[in-house]
Amino acid sequence: MFPIVEKKVIAPRVTWFRVKAPLIARRHQPGQFVLLRVCEGGERFPLTIADSDKDTGTIVLVSQEAGKSTALLARLNEGDGIRDVVGPLGKPTDIEKFGAVACIAGGIGAAPLYPIAKKLHAVGNRVVVILGARSENLIILQEELASVTDELLIATDDGSVGFHGFVSELLRQRIQQGETFNHAVTIGPLPMMKAVCDVTREFTIPTIVSLNPIMVDGTGMCGGCRVIVNGETKFACVDGPEFDGHGVDFGSLAHRLKMYRHQEQCAMERAGISIGA
Amino acid sequence: MRWKGRVFQLAREKAKAGSIPRQGMPEQPCGDRILNFQEVALGYTAELAQLEAERCLMCKKPTCIEGCPVRIDIPAFIQAVVDGDFERAATKIYESNTLPAICGRVCPQEDQCEAVCVMGKKFEPVAIGRLERFVADYVRGKGISLAQPATAVTGRKVAIIGSGPAGLTAAGELAKLGYGVTVFEALHEPGGVLVYGIPEFRLPKAIVAQEIEALKSIGVEIQTNVVIGRTILIDELFDEGYDAVFIGTGAGLPYFLNLPGEDLNGVYSANEFLTRLNLMKAYQFPAADTPVQIGRRLVVIGGGNTALDAARTAQRMKPEKVSLLYRRSRAEMPGRAEEVHHAEEEGIEFQMLTNPVRFVDNGEGWLCGVECVRMELGEPDDSGRRRPVPVEGYNFVVECDTAIVAVGNGANQIVASTTPGLDTNRHGNIVADEASGLTSRAGVFAGGDIVTGAATVILAMGAGKTAATAIHQYLQSLSAEGDDSETDADEDAPAEVEPASPLAIS
Repeated sequence: MFPIVEKKVIAPRVTWFRVKAPLIARRHQPGQFVLLRVCEGGERFPLTIADSDKDTGTIVLVSQEAGKSTALLARLNEGDGIRDVVGPLGKPTDIEKFGAVACIAGGIGAAPLYPIAKKLHAVGNRVVVILGARSENLIILQEELASVTDELLIATDDGSVGFHGFVSELLRQRIQQGETFNHAVTIGPLPMMKAVCDVTREFTIPTIVSLNPIMVDGTGMCGGCRVIVNGETKFACVDGPEFDGHGVDFGSLAHRLKMYRHQEQCAMERAGISIGA
Repeated sequence: MRWKGRVFQLAREKAKAGSIPRQGMPEQPCGDRILNFQEVALGYTAELAQLEAERCLMCKKPTCIEGCPVRIDIPAFIQAVVDGDFERAATKIYESNTLPAICGRVCPQEDQCEAVCVMGKKFEPVAIGRLERFVADYVRGKGISLAQPATAVTGRKVAIIGSGPAGLTAAGELAKLGYGVTVFEALHEPGGVLVYGIPEFRLPKAIVAQEIEALKSIGVEIQTNVVIGRTILIDELFDEGYDAVFIGTGAGLPYFLNLPGEDLNGVYSANEFLTRLNLMKAYQFPAADTPVQIGRRLVVIGGGNTALDAARTAQRMKPEKVSLLYRRSRAEMPGRAEEVHHAEEEGIEFQMLTNPVRFVDNGEGWLCGVECVRMELGEPDDSGRRRPVPVEGYNFVVECDTAIVAVGNGANQIVASTTPGLDTNRHGNIVADEASGLTSRAGVFAGGDIVTGAATVILAMGAGKTAATAIHQYLQSLSAEGDDSETDADEDAPAEVEPASPLAIS
């Protein structure tokens, strides 16, 4: 049992949890994730670790309600326990002194991006964060990201705050205005990552993406999380979750993410859960 | 008149041998069993067991013991069954095998003890496996626990990585010897392949859970949700005071065929398919949250026990059809004959000499068929079996919406890649001495599929046992040298520890 020591709702249907998991906190590095199971009978699903504190032995997980399991998680409160949490899984982000790095996050992607941006900045990179969401109330971790990076820009689809448009468009604008980036990291919904990669490919900026396929065991034992990168099959849980964005077959991952749509719907109906658009 | 007694004994034996036929195993009728996940084999009754036990000739030089990877004293336990003392039979088995209810169900006895049974020369071999199962189930049913805690503790700690058959066996043997044992398991439930791989209808999970509880009752600690190599490293285990480590992580890296379309929705590795169904109980969806895609027509690619398990599990999910595609012929299938037979009875279609070349997309990212090429048998390959060769110009599509790739497993690299100095071979398997399980690192032992490649539960158990003996000798040598004993308990520990029950050292 992994106790929840702190819980905050930081955006509609987005919950921030601090969870007691000393062994995971001890070894966590940016880019890594956990697999969790909320309760008996629950499914195993991944969440990237947004932060960790070795002293208190805690990790931070940020979860967006997307189906039954994340809805059940959102209903847990401080003092409740998550039944199973295992990690830290995956290869840590490759952190180097690249020079100037663009870190682009969409929606919930800001959570996994935070520890990466923080460490990139700590080793001496100039880090520019572009944070995007559909509208202002869905922008998360703005203060946290601003405090650990050189510059933070915001983009919203509806223009409620910041740049009116997609993060990829804002990135293109900045590059065209003369900004140079040596490296880019982007995390968020699949179409968003693909759009960012299309821009960075054009300007030959090496780009890392963090992929989110369906997972079961998380240790490379089942192959359920397989993705195609540069024509080769890779397991996101042990070879990733980060990969060369210019080599990822986004189309393959997109269709694989839809595999259980029908069952997801059935489970939500049965549990009386409805997730808004 | 001793010679007369001997003649009468021989006459009785000759009359006995062959007069009683091998007793069949009561089974769930086929029509019923494909609608449920309950055990197919129902087990002997006491009457059947004793009748079968009577068939044993009590050979003076029992070849059956040689055939057993953990050297159970088979004639001794069978004699106890004849005498009606089933508890004594169980105790005798337990001296060599701490997981008899599991072995009695999943061992390929037909390749081991029963293959060399003298009765098998002219008649049918004694049904040793069924007798082992009967005895184990009997004591379980009576609530008799065979597990005895050690009489004294040594103050030394051993870390076991993996709670599958190799790890559980090593844990039990070491706990009996008085060592502090902690088993680290990556999944949220212990048992390894016993819970995620072997289906409920061949090995009920309740039985695995009971065997694990028995281990806990003798002091074995099991920590789930710990991935050694990620959550903790082997070097950190030594830093934390463990004196030796046993690696039993299994063959946990599924092989794919690397064919076009293998990423389509509906294509599974056997590991994923079985894990969803066995460990995550997807057959109970939506009562359990993990789903699995079955579809109308399912295809399993492969011919081993895993392929058969996948096919028979799939059949119980009531699709229209389950077909098993294998590139060689029926005679070459590595799966257990008994399970091939069960699979046929359960209506699984066998398509032999069939090799997939492509997974067919329905245009929306979903599998709709497997394009195959017909094979024919050519010259033998390394395994001694005739090599299958494609027949050109004879491709055809097997229509299906789910395909399960069951073509074997390799060695998962998480432990090896995070443990400096731990040698692996070119397949990624950990290199370990056959007689002791010792690896290239001092104090680090390994056994089971991670060393041999995918094999059987009983071989893994044998390796766990071998390693436990070697670890015991290694730790005794550490104490003898007056080596680093960081725990206070060590000062009070006796120099020699008497095991609670004798350990049959082979």
